[in-house]
Amino acid sequence: MKAFTTHTGVAAPLLRRNIDTDAIIPSREMKRVSKLGLGEGLFAAWRYTMPGGREANPAFVLNQPAYANTSIVLSGENFGCGSSREHAVWALVEYGIRAIIAESFGAIFHTNCIRNGVLPVVLPARDIRALADFVQQDPQRHCLTIDLEQMQVTGEGGQHCVFSLDEGAREMLLQGLDPIAQTLQDREAIAQFEQARATAHPWAFRDYAGSAVSAEFKP
Amino acid sequence: MSAVAPVAGAASPTTLFDKLWQAHEVRLLPGGDSLIYIDRIFLHERTGSIALQSLESAGYPVRDPQRVFCTMDHIVDTFPGRGDKTLMPSGTDFIVATRAAANKSGVQLFDVDHPDQGIAHVISPEQGIALPGLTLVCPDSHTCSLGAVGALAWGIGSSEAEHALATNTLRVRKPRTMRVTVRGQLKPGVTAKDLILHLISAYGADGGSGYAVEFAGSAIEALGVEARLTLCNMAVEFSAFTGLIAPDAITEAYFKGRDHAPSADDWDQAADYWRSLRSDVDAVFDREIILDADAIQPMVTWGTSPEHAVPVSGCAPDPHNFPSAGAESAQKALDYQGIAPGQVMAELAIDAAFIGSCTNSRISDLRLAASILRGKKIAPGVAGVVVPGSRRVKRQAEAEGLHKIFIESGFEWRDSGCSMCFYAGGETFGPGKRVVSSTNRNFEGRQGPGTRTHLASPATVAASAIAGCIRAAVPEENMYTGADAAALQEAIG
Ligand code: SF4
Repeated sequence: MKAFTTHTGVAAPLLRRNIDTDAIIPSREMKRVSKLGLGEGLFAAWRYTMPGGREANPAFVLNQPAYANTSIVLSGENFGCGSSREHAVWALVEYGIRAIIAESFGAIFHTNCIRNGVLPVVLPARDIRALADFVQQDPQRHCLTIDLEQMQVTGEGGQHCVFSLDEGAREMLLQGLDPIAQTLQDREAIAQFEQARATAHPWAFRDYAGSAVSAEFKP
Repeated sequence: MSAVAPVAGAASPTTLFDKLWQAHEVRLLPGGDSLIYIDRIFLHERTGSIALQSLESAGYPVRDPQRVFCTMDHIVDTFPGRGDKTLMPSGTDFIVATRAAANKSGVQLFDVDHPDQGIAHVISPEQGIALPGLTLVCPDSHTCSLGAVGALAWGIGSSEAEHALATNTLRVRKPRTMRVTVRGQLKPGVTAKDLILHLISAYGADGGSGYAVEFAGSAIEALGVEARLTLCNMAVEFSAFTGLIAPDAITEAYFKGRDHAPSADDWDQAADYWRSLRSDVDAVFDREIILDADAIQPMVTWGTSPEHAVPVSGCAPDPHNFPSAGAESAQKALDYQGIAPGQVMAELAIDAAFIGSCTNSRISDLRLAASILRGKKIAPGVAGVVVPGSRRVKRQAEAEGLHKIFIESGFEWRDSGCSMCFYAGGETFGPGKRVVSSTNRNFEGRQGPGTRTHLASPATVAASAIAGCIRAAVPEENMYTGADAAALQEAIG
């Protein structure tokens, strides 16, 4: 996984509430059993003039030349709510988004971001409004810098916002760790826990349908 | 470090959620996440295929395939006589890839032609795969439905699914706890669907953000398991980590004799444990919400978020009355839905009626809709589609003759799956079409580009189909409410 330490880039305001993962990547754009090839489908319903088409809708913020090379999205409450599809994050990554600044996030989406090296930053509405006002004046020049070590968002107009992130998530992002490899270091503890659980609740480990009984544990 | 034997209760008053959490916490990790033990994993062809493939290419085996289940629900067609071919462009690839990956890893597969195939969240309780006291995860956001039986169940992404498959654990930050107590009793004709839409409209689509939400109170205790599943299904639409309901005698009766549920001696041991799974009397929640059931009316959504819900007898709002941030979103929603501010909901003509999805496609939902449609015809020009949530539901409905009621009224009777609950490039009612739907999401484009979705209960969908416009069902004596089997007999005759 790509590590996230600090990033400076163009930020685009998409200040709606409840931007759901269907909007981030419509299901019809998830065409293959793959994590790739999704960037084109990002925000497809808003970005293109016709469903399934590829003609750019000039009114959509990411299509405006001023927002070329956007790598940060500014949004409202509950960004990434709805479907658990990780394709939403894969599409953002492929498009080049490194961070999303919003008032709050859908829980599954938030974890999906962390697992893919995208930084979800939670800030209050007034900070997001102020950052949006700043970038809108001259998006290409008024870049934002997000520093995960310091947990702050800054802009050259004197903007300075401090955010927080769970320590575990922060470590994962800073170091670009593989969580499965991390957890497998606890393999023994998991096996012991499982044995104890199987002793206390044997029913939880039996399959009564008969075809597959896993009462005996493989440590 | 040593593993701790799971304990049923603790000394200090504890919530149901905390009991489930403690029983599965392998250890607290540095950084504040917990390593949570996962008992069951469910997959489907939309997101499970990629998880299994990606896991394999990373070189990690599935740790315990016997406790992993996979179904074909999202992409599979729901036309009778279907096969691997689907209307969704490239849909067959997902089906074929999932089958190959599932068979290779040895997980239990409910394939396209399996007699017990169905929507993941419908078949997992139906077969006793989801049980009280277990943790169950699935790369699908409506996994929270299973909290209805007292399981700790939540939706995850594909990477998390890979983690669960490889380790039988997840690294999770413990959510806060909320209790929603619903006092009194729901009025006749008011369903669990109306209750959850009422809650979300009152507290916002992010009202449950950061919380595991336990539903409690007399109105909840009176609900059957299927209605409880409807309620918890939409916990994610409230942005909750999950929904939960304490298992009780109704839950026990529901599971007794189900395929994967404990049998013989194990039953008593399991049931004893399940009875300890309730919030202690003095347990403290981080947040409490209290609702009066008799104030709740049949609900319908007007906009593009589940929070955009009003009583069926009400009107769409005027965005000018919204706080500034909400006003723009509300106006966009009205524009998408093609309705004016202040629109009287019950005057809105519909093009289609859809009964299905993991929210409302169980046998009680079909009985309820059929009790309203019996002997009636749907309005000319309205397309009606009923999609049972599983093949078992389908068989049961056919045994009761419900399919005849649907067909005679003008509804199409389908095979089981997610169908038009969402749009993947295949079937849709079409752009600009107004659909009253028993599903859970009314997002822009959810049922197809430009399609306008109004979420409601199966009763409201059935009544609206007959009226040709949005309409609540008039509670009649013989209207089946899911309360008991005797009522059903009367309703269906
Ligand atoms: S029925 Fe709809 S909401 Fe439920 S799992 Fe299928 S697509 Fe998702």
